[in-house]
This record gives sequence, C-alpha cells and structure tokens, in this order.
Amino acid sequence: MELIFRRSGPGKEGVRLPARDCPPAGAIDPRYTRTEAAELPGLSEPEVVRHFTRLSRMNFGVDSHFYPLGSCTMKYNPKFLEKIANLECFASLHPLQPQLVKGATLTQGALEVINGLERALCEISGMDEFTTHPMAGAHGELTGVMLIAAYHKSKGERRKYILIPDSGHGTNPASAAIAGYEVRSITTDENGVMDIAEFEKALDREAAGVMLTCPNTLGIFNPRIKEIADMAHEAGALMYYDGANLNAIMGKARPGDLGFDIVHLNIHKTFGTPHGGGGPGAGPVGVKEYLAPFLPVSRVIKGTDGAFALDYDRPFSIGYIAPFYGNFAVLLKAYVYILLLGGEGLRRVSEHAVLNANYLKSRLEHHYDIPYAENCMHEFVISAARQAERGVHAIDIAKALIDRGIHPPTVYFPLNVKEAIMIEPTETESRETLDRFIDVMIELAGLAEKDPAAFREFPKTAPVGRLDEVKAARDMDLCA
Amino acid sequence: MNYIPNAEGDVKEMLGAIGIGTGDMEELFRIIPPALRPLSFNLPPGSSEFDVEKYLRGLGRKNLTELVYFIGGGFYDHYIPAALDAIVSRSEFYTAYTPYQPEASQGTLQAIYEYQSCICRLTGMEAANASLYDGGTALYEAAMMAIRITGRNKIIMDGGVNPIYRKMMYSYTSNLSIDFSEIPVSHGQSDRGMIDEYLDDSTAAVILQNPNFFGAIDDHSDISEKCHKAGALVIESVYPVSLGLLKTPGEMDADIAVGEGQSLGMPLSFGGPYLGFMAARKKFVRKMPGRIAGATTDGKGRVGYVLTLQTREQHIRREKATSNICSNQALCALRALVYMSLIGKQGFVELARICRDKAEYAGQKLGKIKGVEVKRSAPTFNEFTLKLPGSADKVIGKLLDKGIVAGFPLGRYYADMEDYLLVAVTEKRTEREITMFADALEEALWS
Repeated sequence: MELIFRRSGPGKEGVRLPARDCPPAGAIDPRYTRTEAAELPGLSEPEVVRHFTRLSRMNFGVDSHFYPLGSCTMKYNPKFLEKIANLECFASLHPLQPQLVKGATLTQGALEVINGLERALCEISGMDEFTTHPMAGAHGELTGVMLIAAYHKSKGERRKYILIPDSGHGTNPASAAIAGYEVRSITTDENGVMDIAEFEKALDREAAGVMLTCPNTLGIFNPRIKEIADMAHEAGALMYYDGANLNAIMGKARPGDLGFDIVHLNIHKTFGTPHGGGGPGAGPVGVKEYLAPFLPVSRVIKGTDGAFALDYDRPFSIGYIAPFYGNFAVLLKAYVYILLLGGEGLRRVSEHAVLNANYLKSRLEHHYDIPYAENCMHEFVISAARQAERGVHAIDIAKALIDRGIHPPTVYFPLNVKEAIMIEPTETESRETLDRFIDVMIELAGLAEKDPAAFREFPKTAPVGRLDEVKAARDMDLCA
Repeated sequence: MNYIPNAEGDVKEMLGAIGIGTGDMEELFRIIPPALRPLSFNLPPGSSEFDVEKYLRGLGRKNLTELVYFIGGGFYDHYIPAALDAIVSRSEFYTAYTPYQPEASQGTLQAIYEYQSCICRLTGMEAANASLYDGGTALYEAAMMAIRITGRNKIIMDGGVNPIYRKMMYSYTSNLSIDFSEIPVSHGQSDRGMIDEYLDDSTAAVILQNPNFFGAIDDHSDISEKCHKAGALVIESVYPVSLGLLKTPGEMDADIAVGEGQSLGMPLSFGGPYLGFMAARKKFVRKMPGRIAGATTDGKGRVGYVLTLQTREQHIRREKATSNICSNQALCALRALVYMSLIGKQGFVELARICRDKAEYAGQKLGKIKGVEVKRSAPTFNEFTLKLPGSADKVIGKLLDKGIVAGFPLGRYYADMEDYLLVAVTEKRTEREITMFADALEEALWS
C-alpha cells in the first residue's frame, strides 16, 4: 500500500492546535534551531483515518483470526480492560506526582492498584514480594538476573554462569549475557525435559542461577522440578522461573512452591492484556522474602494507617530499572482481569487452555510427527519432518494456513526440534475453531503427500506473497 | 466473568477424544505430583464488569487528577487528538502480535516502517529501530551500542541528562566493567572544558541531552567534532516535540539519537506504557538493538515489509545477541506515528512554537514576582528553572492545595538545589492558568 508520505500536501492539517492566547516570544538564536521543518506527513483527518484503517485490514488479530502462536498465549482481550485503562482518573496521572511533597496522598488510588496487583500476583505464583517495574517479559528476565547478581554480591561472591536448557526462550541466554554472565546450555532428554545428568555436570560453585520455563516450551511439565531446585540450592545457585507459560498452571501449581526463588510473569500472555502488535506488555518480577531487599526502587508500601507511600530508601536495591512504576496502564488491565475472573476463574482458564491443547494434539498425532509423546499442558510441538521429506517445510505449512484464515503457529522454535511447529490454542477458542484448525491441518498433511509443489505458491490471498528477506537485509531500506 | 466458549457437552467429548473417560478435568494435570500442588490459592471470587468498575472508579477518585500541570521533567501533558484513540482502538492493530509472519502483518509492518521514517525525519538521522521500552532504557541501550561499536568502555555523561535515566544507567551496568564520568553543567549548558578533559582514546561515547533536564537548549556540534577526533561517539537524548524548532541530533552530527516518545500521543498514565525511540547512522544499524522493519518485494515485485536484520536478535543469536529485547512497544510506536501524521509537518512546527511562546510568557510573569528569578544563562524551550526565595517543596505543597502542580523540585535529584523549581508549559496551558499560577505563587511566597 502507498506510504503515508505520498498522500501528503502543503496546507493540509489533521488537527487544529489549542489557541495561542499569549504574545509570541522572540525568535531563538538560529544556531539552536533546525534549518528545515521535519518532512512529516501533511494530511487531513479523514485521510489519516482512512490510511490507518486500510493498514489495519492488512493484519491478522485475535479478534478476527485464530492465532495459535506457541509460547505467546494469544488469548482474547476483554474489552472492559481497555475501558478502565482509558478512564481519565488513571490515564491523566503524571508519574512524578507522588514524588512531590504530599504527592502520595494525591495518587492513593493508583498506588492501591499497584499494591493490589502485587498481592494477587504473589498468591497466584507463590512468591512473597513483587515489583511491577519491568516493562516486558525480557525486561523482567534482565531484572531477575540482576537480582541474582545482587544476591551473590551480598554474600561476597561473584559467580560466572547461568544454566539454561536448550529449549529455553532466546531471551533467557540474551538476558543472562547482558547482565554480565556466561551461559551454559543444557540439553533436553528423551522425555522433552532438561537432562538431569547434564545439569548435574554443569552445576558447580560457579553457577549463579538456573533459568527454567515450566511447563517448558515443548509444553511439558517436569515432575522432577523440585529435585532440580534442591540440587541448584545445594550448589548455592538461585532458581529463576520464566513465566511465559503460566497460563498452563494457575491454581494447579505455583512456581514459589516448586522451589523457584525469582519469577517473571508475562502480563500480556496470561492476564488478558493485548499484545499490541508487539508491545507494550509488562513483566513484573516476584521473589522470595529473602530477595526482597534487592528489588528495584521504588516500592509501594502500606503504612499502619492504611495509606500507601513510595519507599525510595532501599540500600540493597539493584536501583532504578524503569523511570517509574512500570507500564501502569497495562498493569491496571491485568488487575481488572484478575478481579473479573477471581481465583476460580483463573483456575478454569488453565484447565481449558490445557484441554484445548491436548484435544488438538490428540487429533493431530496421526497426521504429524509428535517428537515428545508426553501429555502436554497448554501448548505442544509437532514436527513437519515427515512433510519435509516431501519438500514441504514448517514455513510452507505456515504460509498455507494464512490462506485458510488462520494465523500460523510459531515455527522453527524450540530449536531442539526439527521443523518445529509450536501450537498454543489458549482457553478462549471454541471447539468449532479447534475442529476447523484440525481439518485444515489434516488437509495440508494430505496436500503435502499429493501435491507438495502447490505449497510454493502460498500465501495467495494475503496483500503480498512471500517476501524476499535476503533482499531486505542486503538493501537495508529502513526508512522513506 | 468468563471468556471460555467451550460448553459442558464439548468438554466431555473433548476429554473423551483425549482418552479421559471420567470427564474430570483434573486428569489433565496428573503429571503434577500431589506434593507440588499449591500450598494456597486464596484469591477473591470473580466479579461482574459493573462491580469491578464501581470499585475502580472509587479508587480513581482517590487520585487527584483535575490538576493544572506545570510539571514535566521529561514527561509532558500534551493534547491527544480524538482520531488517534479511534485508530489505535482498532483491534486488528491491538490484538495482533509481533509480525513474525509478514504476509499476515503488513499493517503493523508498514506502520513500523512509516514510524521509523518519521523518527529519522524528526531527528535528522539515517536509520531508526521499531522502538524500545522508554527513554531511559533507550539511553542505556545506546550506551551499550556505542561500547560494541568502539570496543571501548568509558562513558562520559553530561549532568544535564535526566537524573532518573542516569540512575537507570548505573543499575543496568553495575555488573559490567564500564568507567563512567559525570560532568556537571556549567552556566546552564554542557561544560566543554570538562568534557575535553575527560575525553580520551578509551572513551566510547559522550551522552548529552537537549534540552537538558534544567530546560536549557544547546548546540552540541562542537562537542561532536571533538568526540569524533577522539574516536568517540555522541549520543544525544532529545525531547521530540522540541524538534519542531530545535537543531536536530543529525545537524549536530550525533551518532545515536534517543528519547522518550511519551509526548508523541501517549497519555501520562502514571508512568507508562511509553516508548523509547532510537535512530543512528546507517553504518551502525547492525549493532542496533531491537526490532527493525525494512522494505522488500515479493515474487511478483510487489513492495512489502518485513522484520529485518534479525540475526542481531535474541531469538536467533541467543547469548550473542545485540540485546535481550524481544517485543518493541509497537502500539505506542503506532500512537506516535498517528500523532505525527495528525499534527502534520506544519502543525509540528506550530506546536513547538506555541509551547515555547507560552513558556516564555509564563517565565516573564513568574520572574516579576519578588524574590523569584528565572535562570536565563542559556535559552530554553518549554521548560525552565526558577530560583525561589525558599524551599521549592513548600511552594509546591501550597499550590497543590489550589489545584496547581507548580513544577518539579530540583532538590530531589541535585544537592544544594532545594530552592529551585523546574517549570514546564505545554500547549494545553492557557493564559488564564498561567496568570492563576503566578498569582498563587506570589501569594504562597508573600502572604
């Protein structure tokens, strides 16, 4: 579609600015000013609205399409969450307000939301304290690894490694590395979980922590998780829980009870807040009591009089990791989601997420290879290895799904499965939708047998066909 | 509330298909041993929308929001056009995810490409990424990028850089061996002499901010020249609205430009979500963190957009990635793009002018009050520093009672500045509100 700049013309305006009701100031010394106005678009409001409405129609979204993107938990986003987050009494609040004298008294409602959410997340995850500051899942991981470093430092130790299974999200090793650690990657065993013997070999007094997802990215819950935690603790390492897959176990197991010391939760995955085309999310981090002194500043505290205040005097804290209190509007939506569903509702979320995944898996297992036969939790991984022998790869199946009105699952992840297709239906999809997806997947398995060459043309119905990614990386046309 | 469409009959049949004949959902979780079951799960029961709204509106009433803001500090109370909210409320945008499948995500991808283009045009830089979490993390990522590019480990930070961002920088790098120096501002602007003194062949970057935290504007071209001679990069943190008028990072020959994008159509929302923007010289783009959209073509020669240069990123490079960042702030970047599109080329210049005119007017009014001095050692944009005849906190407290947020007390982050107040004025402040502020300040000080 034509770029927005192409429609622009001089003299058009999208918005009338507030009146200038005071005299104009003298000019700024020209050495401080730009020579020409920035070439921003110049359009009327109806043109802007039409441009973006057209763009929006070139997207798949959860409201319009089944979106079984594994490890991303693309569930329905309740409309009520948006309504509350847009309320003027929260949306117009300046973040520096509570830092002013008497300021906390003027923002009691917002501070109570943060406190309420922290308490709820503690109960859901089995942790003692939460910080809402991290602004995304990966940001939570980085915060968590910084907490691990601060803990060892407080004991006068400087450890070198973080242990991560090879099925872990790419953000895990990346977060460990940028916080100053080296990564030891642990292989996956034949049951689809971290190889305990390999883990034991890698676990020494230089191991600072272990980062795990449970259930892991293959959708498998490791029943020996507590044993692993005990071994890590024995070696003086901390256990970090990547909460990307929490949607599987709410009310069924809690990271805190499984032996984890630090968790991050992906608010945009588990708690119904929209993914926004790639953010904003939120990645609050919870810890056991003994790590609480290291949490980022500030902390919301509740006084004996019931009033909330912000505590900046935290001598052992890792410091500021966000300018304020995290992505507040996103956090508010999560709090609303928890209030709407309640404990029983959250438990049902996990039950139906796991039911839907197992149903899909059981219906697809005769048509695709399933590398790990174990009962899955909220997601599972199939392999297109069988189809690849006919020249139809995971990516080809993905593109064929687009033509059938289904957003493709995650492909080529986790890295330890060949031709991986990672499917996470979530609890908010109906059996009809699942059945249709099954029919389409079976049809594609058949087509791969009969006419593998047909896949080369997919997608045919999208605004563009398969795009040349090599050309994109070579030409680097990054802005107009 | 309940967002689960499966009916009871479906559940039973689905369980049957899995091989669970008892109809008991609990069977799905039998892999979790009894010893690992929750020790507690005491959450209140669910509620209706009506009841939750009532409760939250009640909490909202405990926030004082009908205030007249003269507070900024990097986060500004600008007007948000109605069409912006209408556009970003389209669920095709907000219920999508990271555009891993470009053919199903051209809307998001083209919007990111257009956003990157606008950021380049605004900052005068060559290449922008798809956005980062906020201005502070963007600044930290820029510093790490400079360290990667130069292979050096010393960072010089101007004291006029937002103190919150400086604190964030120290938190993130506390386990890395990076040598930081901070140079206090001199007569309102960057201290050239001191920066010169610290600049050497181990310096990766000098970090500057324009306008600086005290509101003063500067032309850092001469600092860039010296840095480049020493093989160091210049990172410029900027307030995007000011770029309607002010010299761009590109014109100052900066290597990396970053900033907080909140003022481009994000509500203040008690601290987020906002977005950090980042732009740089094109030759550095492979060292850049975060998502980047690029244009390409399909088999029929049609133009389309993809996430490109992904080999920099964590999902491919794991521990060797340029950053751990996964998502950007896509919906916030869309907000910024729509905002810039609606305000438009001429409107953006006009907006910057109105902000500055109103700030200058406020400065004149406030400066006439006995004992109040507007610091004028350097020109300012829409924010300026007031020296008061006593504690800024005291004044702020008194004015809050009248519904006015007088500004930010600089003593909070700078020693010996208890009597200084940082005042910001946006296009939303009227002549009447400015007069009211001046009258209230005078009364607070002298009656």
